[in-house]
Parts: sequence; structure tokens; C-alpha cells
Amino acid sequence: MNPFPLPLESLLGQWGQYIVYLVIGVAFGAVLEMAGFGKSTKLAAQFYFKEMTVIKVMFGAIVVAMLLIFMATGVGLLDFNLVWVNPTYLWSGIVGGLIMGVGFILGGFCPGTSLVAAATLKLDGVLFALGVLFGIFVFGETVGSFEAFYNSGYLGRFTLPELFGLETGTVVLLVVLMALGVFAFAEYMERYVGKMPARAFPRWRMALAPVLLIVALPTVTIGQPTLAARWEQIAPQKAALLAERQVYVSAAELISVTTDPRARIILFDVRSEADYNLFHIRDARHIAPEALLGQAKQLRQDYTNTAFVLIGNDEVLPTELWKLLTAASLPNVYILEGGVNAWLDQFAAQADPPLARREDAKPGELAYRFTAALGERYPFAGLHKDAVANIPFEPKIKLAGKRGGSGGCG
Amino acid sequence: MAAPAISRKATRGKRVERPYLHPYVAASLLGVVLFLAFLITGNGLGASGGLNRLVVMVQDWFVPQHVNTTAYLIPMAGGETNPLDNWVVWMVFGTLIGGALSGFFNGRLKVEINRGAHISPRTRLLVAFVGGAIMGYGARLARGCTSGQALSGGAVLSVGSWAFMLAVFIGAYALAYFVRKLWN
Repeated sequence: MNPFPLPLESLLGQWGQYIVYLVIGVAFGAVLEMAGFGKSTKLAAQFYFKEMTVIKVMFGAIVVAMLLIFMATGVGLLDFNLVWVNPTYLWSGIVGGLIMGVGFILGGFCPGTSLVAAATLKLDGVLFALGVLFGIFVFGETVGSFEAFYNSGYLGRFTLPELFGLETGTVVLLVVLMALGVFAFAEYMERYVGKMPARAFPRWRMALAPVLLIVALPTVTIGQPTLAARWEQIAPQKAALLAERQVYVSAAELISVTTDPRARIILFDVRSEADYNLFHIRDARHIAPEALLGQAKQLRQDYTNTAFVLIGNDEVLPTELWKLLTAASLPNVYILEGGVNAWLDQFAAQADPPLARREDAKPGELAYRFTAALGERYPFAGLHKDAVANIPFEPKIKLAGKRGGSGGCG
Repeated sequence: MAAPAISRKATRGKRVERPYLHPYVAASLLGVVLFLAFLITGNGLGASGGLNRLVVMVQDWFVPQHVNTTAYLIPMAGGETNPLDNWVVWMVFGTLIGGALSGFFNGRLKVEINRGAHISPRTRLLVAFVGGAIMGYGARLARGCTSGQALSGGAVLSVGSWAFMLAVFIGAYALAYFVRKLWN
């Protein structure tokens, strides 16, 4: 499941993948032209309520794409975690939008439509496009002086369902209803302000409203998959990684890579805070499992080419967490083989005084008794790689390449 | 929807200018294109980001040292980075090709200046350039234009994109009355 988005770079190569974007661009340009967006007077009429093509096409396209996207993610065809969602920079976004509105009503285009106008030899489109290039140039030269504002109101990848605390399907339905209201308003204005003739409003268009609502219904009823449900979807491919133990990293490998300055490894200790305080592997960060799942989205955004190693007392809890993090599309997650207990079995023999092993430890419990909560200040909490130079291991950590949207407007 | 019944012969080989698509048909097609972009690539549509890289490419020809020392420009063309090594540039090329093809096959590929009845062509061109410059500046401040922010971010329900979209319409409607001579 989740075959989309396609891993274009590995399928077609670094430059080959751009053919796909070129073809999408051709379709985009052709549709804009056929909508009439190469004609500035048609675009500007929007702002005098004479012809509302701009808002109809924009909202209509958003609604159609939204319905298809969330249906595809709902049934597991498309992995929404890999879909680029424009990060929210609220204040620069709003001020930039206001400035663009001014440019729109003066110039009569937006950047994309001016390309189409220029391509169809509209000279006002050519001049507008040249103006856009000039404005972009000036922005690049001046943004350094107001960088704080440029980055203000940052909320990251933040969606309307998260903002309102509603199910995605509910928001989808509300957006459809709002769009229908906008279309009705637009047509009213066209009739009474634009004096458009009745043939501009063919009867078939009335059938579109029920179609949109019917298409919205499955999205509402299926809902979006939870992490556990997503794991069930991807388990057929991913469970083999666990069964073949390809994601279990031995202590020796971990020590040899964490002391390599080129490697970026983050250790997450997911045990209880009490166990963490008693003893933890050096440089491991304590994090509760729920908190780690909550951060998966942020980690995916903030770190590339970084391996995350989950550390438990044994492998039980990290393995369950691994499934959910993998379902959250966080790449390069690994598990410390045998957990802290195996680490101590291997290295705590050097402890002075020796540590006592509890034979009554249940699965998931720390199997050694510590008389002091010294955390990582035990000599065996972190070892130099020379200390494990003689221990053979099969290297498991391989950093998977990036897949999915990276955003283009940034 | 009745297309003018003029044969190609009557216009001496020139293509007849066809009517535009009905807005709802265009909206559906655009929605499908946007969906396919997301489905196949994980990215939406974009324009201004590609134009930005083309601008920086030219800057990099003439003042590479300046590009290499300006924080905003480094990711696009700093050092050995090739500004063409980015999907949105190719989408811009595609948009130009697609627009030209559609214009040709629909008989709309012709030199003209679309303007309001009360302004001269020269004024129209001047205002188009100024409007474009303002638009380009705002688009980079907002990290995307109508395509990259409003359409793409709107469809995946990004909070910032919806706020941005409202702002664009507010900005344009607020000024529309004062510049009505340009268009009416």
C-alpha cells in the first residue's frame, strides 16, 4: 500500500525526474490558458464583481483536488506524510498576500497566469512577467534586512483540521459547502452586476453540487487512517524488516557510528524517566513514547540523513514504537539490539563494584540493580570505539533517500 | 457553448478563436492536474519559485561571489548548486509550453495588449510591469504565489495558505475601487 507519491528520483534519476514536472507544467499551463487566465481583463473583472471566473476556477480546483487527495490518503493510496504541505509563516504570509493583492489589481495577473499570457504573446503579460522577475530580484537583495519578519508567525506544517480540532473529513465537507456558497454568490454577482446572459449558467452545472457532496461523503466516513491502521496497511512490506532483524542495531555498531563525526545519529531513550535517571547510554535523550510519536512530524521535517535509534530496556516497547513511527513515515528508525539490558550484559562486567543482575526482571524492566541514579556518568555508559574494535557486527544503519514533496516555492 | 460556425477556409488558414472553457469545467481540469501533481510527486504546482531560481541563475553568472555570500540566495545557487536542479523550474518551462500550445490550438496565440478602455497601451504596459514587480516581491515574501500557496496549500488544507489566500483577495478588493480607471 501507499505506492504514492512515487520515488521519482530513484525511478528516473536526478535530472530524469524533471520530465515529470515538465509534463505536469504543460498540463497546468494549458488548463490556465483554456480557462481564460491569459487575459488580464478577464482576471481583473473578478475584482469588480463582473465576471467571477478567477474565484470559481480557483475554489473549484482546490475543492476537486482536495476531495481526490483525501480520498486517496483515506484508502491508503497516497501517503499524506510525504505530501508537501506549505509550512505556515502566518505574518509574512498575510503581508505578502496583501502586497500580492495590490500587484494583482494593478497588473492584472499572478505569476503563473502571466507566464501563460506571455506564452500566448500578450504583451501586457510579458511586461508583467518581467516585472515579477524584477520584484523577485529586489526581494532577494532586501530580505536580509528583515529576516525576523520574513520568518515570523512560524507554525510549521499546520493544517485546518489541526487548527479547528476537527476530523479531516469534516473539514473537507465544510470546505465543499463553503465553496458551494461562494459559487452561488459569484453567480449572483455575475447576473446582477455583470449582467451576464442566462447561457453563461447552463443547467448541467446544478448537477455538480450533489456530485461534490457525494464524493465528499466517503472521505468523511472512511476518515484518515490512524498510525495503528497505517501500520496494518504497510505491514506486508515493512514487517519483514523486523522479522529479518534489519533494523536492530548492535551495541558495537552503535558505538562505532556515534563516535564518527560524520554520522548523524540521535538516540531516543523511551524507557521510564526513573530508569533513565538510574542509568542511560551516553548522549541518549529521554522521551516518552507518546511524546516521540507527537514529534514524528517535526523530526521528519527537521532532520534529513539522520538515523534515530530507539532504546528500551529490551526490544519489546521499541519494536512497537518502531511500527508506529514507520507508519508516521519517519525514515531511518532503528532499535538498539537487546536494549539497555543487553548493553549492560555486554559492558557492565567492568563495573566496580559489580552490578547485580535481577533474575526476576519481567519483559520491559531494567534487569540490573543500581544503587545510585548516576545516569550517564558510569564509565560503561559510553565507550570509545577502540573498546569494541574486536567485536564483529553486521552494519544495519543505511540512510534512506528522501521521497515525496519538498516544496518548490521556498 | 455555441461555437461560431466559421470554417477554417473562411478565415484563410488562420485558426478560429475558440471560446474559453466554462469556469466549472476549467476548475475540474485544474483540480485533476493539481491532484495528479500531488499524487505522483508529492509536490503541488508552482511558478514563482521557479522564476526565482531563474533570476538567481542570472545573478550567479555575473556576481557569483555575491550569491555565495547572501543567505537567501545560497540554497538556490550558492557554490556548485545548479539553480536548474529543482523541480519547480521545470514546471515553469512546462507552463510556458502548455500555455503556448493551448493558445495555438485555440486560435488565441496572437500579439495583443489586453487593457481597460480608458488607458493607453503604453500606460497598460507600464502598470503591468509595476504590478508584476509588486506581485513578485509579495510572492517571495509569502513564500509562494497563487499556484504554490493558494492552490497547492489550499488543497492540502494548510492554515498559512488559507490565510494567504484571504489576504490576496482582501488586498485586491481593497484597492480595486481606486484603480477602476485601469480596467473599466
